[in-house]
Amino acid sequence: MCALCGVLGGPEHWTDAAAGADSAARRRERARRVALANRVLAQYAMRLDDWQGSAYMLSTATGKQEMVETLGHLWPAAERLSGRACDPLDPALLARLEAR
Amino acid sequence: MTPVALLTGFLGAGKTTLLQRLLADPALADTAVLINEFGEVGLDHHLLERIDERTVLLQSGCLCCTVRGELAQALRDLLSRRTRGVVPPFARVVIESTGLADPYPALSTLRAEPVLRHHVAPGNVVTVVDAPNGAANLARHAVSTRQVAAADRLVVTKTDLADAATTAALLDALRAINPTAPLLRAAEAPLDAAHLLASDATGGRAWFGSAFTADSPKHGGDIAAFALTFDVPLDWVAFGVWLTMLLNRHGERILRVKGILAVAGAEAPVAVHGVQHLVHPPVHLRAWPDADRRSRLVFIVQGLPRAAIERSLRAFLGVAAQARAA
Repeated sequence: MCALCGVLGGPEHWTDAAAGADSAARRRERARRVALANRVLAQYAMRLDDWQGSAYMLSTATGKQEMVETLGHLWPAAERLSGRACDPLDPALLARLEAR
Repeated sequence: MTPVALLTGFLGAGKTTLLQRLLADPALADTAVLINEFGEVGLDHHLLERIDERTVLLQSGCLCCTVRGELAQALRDLLSRRTRGVVPPFARVVIESTGLADPYPALSTLRAEPVLRHHVAPGNVVTVVDAPNGAANLARHAVSTRQVAAADRLVVTKTDLADAATTAALLDALRAINPTAPLLRAAEAPLDAAHLLASDATGGRAWFGSAFTADSPKHGGDIAAFALTFDVPLDWVAFGVWLTMLLNRHGERILRVKGILAVAGAEAPVAVHGVQHLVHPPVHLRAWPDADRRSRLVFIVQGLPRAAIERSLRAFLGVAAQARAA
């Protein structure tokens, strides 16, 4: 749900579209999405967890939490909770991702 | 889903003239028109609505809430009246936006508005540029550049009023900003109305046909178009994490991203298509448009270095590849 629009059951986010209707494939894809997002979020001392297969819980190291519905909502929330710009072009982030 | 095409172009480019010409085509008889300059043209048997420039931007930075109130209201009314039989049935809608409007808020409204998104699908963005003034408008007015960058079709008008050198310079400038949109010259050739108003993003057609793989020539200003190609299938999860993050931080400067992707684990290619913060649902194409099976992504960006974007996407894909291998 978009908290501001108050609209339940928003449209499927575009990032969810590739796996198709196969629910096992969608679950696997969700797990991989969470794992990859966590590699990036570690840069900002945050983590993401799947929440009942229907949303994600974003948490900071200091215990702040926010539920997000899709990847589209994740990054604005991550910037809000961390107070930092989450920039995928940031050389420091890229160096971290490339190092492993 | 009723396709909604957006007709845009700077002041005086010839939008209304083009619209009149298109609506005279019998193939487009069942077209409803939303126009913002009421009464400017007598579209007697067509439907005429008035839209204001008002944009409702909620405080949150939540981009799904970028809704142009009056546009949404006008479209909802139109759909409702069609359902009730108050207006003749129509198969498509064309919105003629004001010359000063950035196309993005209108597109965003179609996608985000809770009622509309179930009834309409964003169609093509048709951008009109006039030969005598087009190059000067691009140089002086950022919104003109954004209109060209967002285009699925470019229509150059009034070439009969400009000398050959002026027209040639304009065509170069247009190609530099938007290398992939088919370009039509309205004064010299019959216009295929159906081709102009088709729906590239949702139709699943191979709009990527124009083989654009080289960087565009340098254009005055900080707009650049470039293509990235990838020899191995892309990881969809990594692409999604990366592009959502990129658009959240730099969406205003990603004027356009579109591509045809070989996705790991999928046999058919996937077409992606975005304008600024807005990404259309990806379309599974039935087949590749040509023999080239590599993923191709075209970006039109403002003030963002190509090298940084490429490095970033490859870094995200690299992490995903490692995780898959582990």
